[in-house]
Amino acid sequence: MARIDLVDLAHSYSGNAAAPESFALKPVTMTWRQGGAYALLGPSGCGKTTLLNLISGIVTPSRGKILFDGVDITPLSTQKRNIAQVFQFPVIYDTMTVGQNLAFPLKNRGVPKGEIDARVAQIARLLDLAPDLNRKATRLTADAKQKISLGRGLVRSDVAAVLFDEPLTVIDPELKWQLRSKLKALHRDLDLTMIYVTHDQTEALTFADTVVVMHDGRVVQSGTPAELFEKPAHTFVGYFIGSPGMNIVPAQVRGREARIDGHTIALTRSYDALPPGARIEVGVRPEFVDVALPAPDLLSANIERIDDLGRIRFARVRVGDAKFSARVPPGFSVQGESAGLKFDPSHVHVYADSLLVEGAA
Amino acid sequence: MDKTINQKAWFLVLPVFLVVAFSAVLPLMTVVNYSMQDTFGNNQFFWNGVGWFKELLDPTTDLGGRFLASLWRNLFFSAVILAIEVPLGIVVALSMPRQGFSVAVCLVILALPLLIPWNVVGTIWQIFGRPDIGLMGYVLNSLGLNYNYVSNDLDAWATVIVMDVWHWTSLVALLCYAGLKSIPDAYYQAAQIDGASRWAVFKAIQLPKMNRVLLIAVLLRFMDSFMIYTEPFVVTGGGPGNSTTFVSIELVKIALGQFDLGKAAALSLVYNLIIIIVCWIFYTVMTNAGVQRRVVVDKKGVK
Repeated sequence: MARIDLVDLAHSYSGNAAAPESFALKPVTMTWRQGGAYALLGPSGCGKTTLLNLISGIVTPSRGKILFDGVDITPLSTQKRNIAQVFQFPVIYDTMTVGQNLAFPLKNRGVPKGEIDARVAQIARLLDLAPDLNRKATRLTADAKQKISLGRGLVRSDVAAVLFDEPLTVIDPELKWQLRSKLKALHRDLDLTMIYVTHDQTEALTFADTVVVMHDGRVVQSGTPAELFEKPAHTFVGYFIGSPGMNIVPAQVRGREARIDGHTIALTRSYDALPPGARIEVGVRPEFVDVALPAPDLLSANIERIDDLGRIRFARVRVGDAKFSARVPPGFSVQGESAGLKFDPSHVHVYADSLLVEGAA
Repeated sequence: MDKTINQKAWFLVLPVFLVVAFSAVLPLMTVVNYSMQDTFGNNQFFWNGVGWFKELLDPTTDLGGRFLASLWRNLFFSAVILAIEVPLGIVVALSMPRQGFSVAVCLVILALPLLIPWNVVGTIWQIFGRPDIGLMGYVLNSLGLNYNYVSNDLDAWATVIVMDVWHWTSLVALLCYAGLKSIPDAYYQAAQIDGASRWAVFKAIQLPKMNRVLLIAVLLRFMDSFMIYTEPFVVTGGGPGNSTTFVSIELVKIALGQFDLGKAAALSLVYNLIIIIVCWIFYTVMTNAGVQRRVVVDKKGVK
């Protein structure tokens, strides 16, 4: 169990001499507290697996340090780091039974037999694998195999952190949430630091208390699911999280006003010190924009189609050339193609070169 | 049942039936025919029933003695080369590079012996081992070893075995290498995390993942070595004495040397039967090994 500090950590697969822009993981400094549940979220190729492999020691960083409880473990091998890792595809030792699989890491470390048996029995009970201990591990389903891979990490009493690399990819959808709730329960019971890599926002948001969103080798935001939803620090976070994603449209912002497509909308904060020459955009989640009847004081839009998601309806509209999504209020019936858009000013954010600008009060 | 019955479909099998009949069944029947008869030349044949088969399986007769002696010799030969080539092939495969230019170099070097025709391999070793002009034979003798495969049984055996190992270990190595390459990296990473030693990785991951290709390798090498003819024939001609006379060499001696068509036909039928039985056993073992690997639906019944 450990607190994990990443200090100016960066990695390039073509060595330290490579151009900084080509790094698979650009320099990152952050602290993960002991006992936290973290998710690394991002599209394929964003560097999240690289970061995970750096922590587990499979990859040695080109630059920077990793500290476990303040101790620099960067030069240590994977074995010595005391981490557990669950991979995308279940890794099972084919010739062994479930029990032997679970005992394998302890046997390799020369733990006495009595202790191994006790520990294996305990972990098997935790993971509901106790009835299968004497079965061949290859005969189990994918979700049971993933539990064994997890169990092999948990049997060691000294694990600093458990790392998950998209562990639910090969699991049937209906078993996915079962296994995910199991993970959450284990996290509560065992007080372990867990780091979970995924490109599925639902998995990340339901599993983690802190979600680290990565894009193009950079950590673009780290925060609670609510923070990511309400105040995305980067336009990428805005449209990657949420379905449909955040509306991002170019705008001219002056003081407490933003002009979009010739129409002015009010802002709750004042933006006087915007960096000159930057690309200014306004971002607002579809949940905070309502479709209304066309009116002179509303931004006018053309409705292209309505998506009915059951408990909520979204209108896909067009503002000038830009695509936009907006909520259709309950009871509102759409007439014709044109509509007005009503913004909730407290949820309209301003971005300069894709980064959130905190306005003045 | 309202199944349409149309026996005309059998006609579609006819071409295959004809091809198989002319290519396999009819020649085989000729052999069966010979095996029941005796001849003194002049194309005169006499009915002998199962006489040759009785003689063949009775070690007290000349034919039976020769057959059984060559059979044991051959089985021993197969056992020895399997015991050498399989572990050696695994070791070679394990020590091959995983990526880069050197992979291609290694593969080409390994494939070279496999591409040389059998009789050329025999000729190479026949000359290589000669004490007067062969590099190996000359060097061994200058080192004080009295090596001569023409006169010494042990030397002849050693030469034939080393030649087979040189010729065919590559096949085992290439098959194992293919098996090793198919193991995902995650297995090695997991083993590293689990603190497995090099030996534990081999035992827990590499060997189990290779077992399919190893079965194929053992099957192929057993079959080939059990039917070996050309290489030992070229090198030792079955000698000294009968010490390296394997079943196929004995068969050719009887059929073409003594022109005992009846005895030779009976021998080749029994030889054929042994190979088919061994093939069938291997096939059964392999398919059963496959069944065990199939994922059984968990007892929860959710699928």
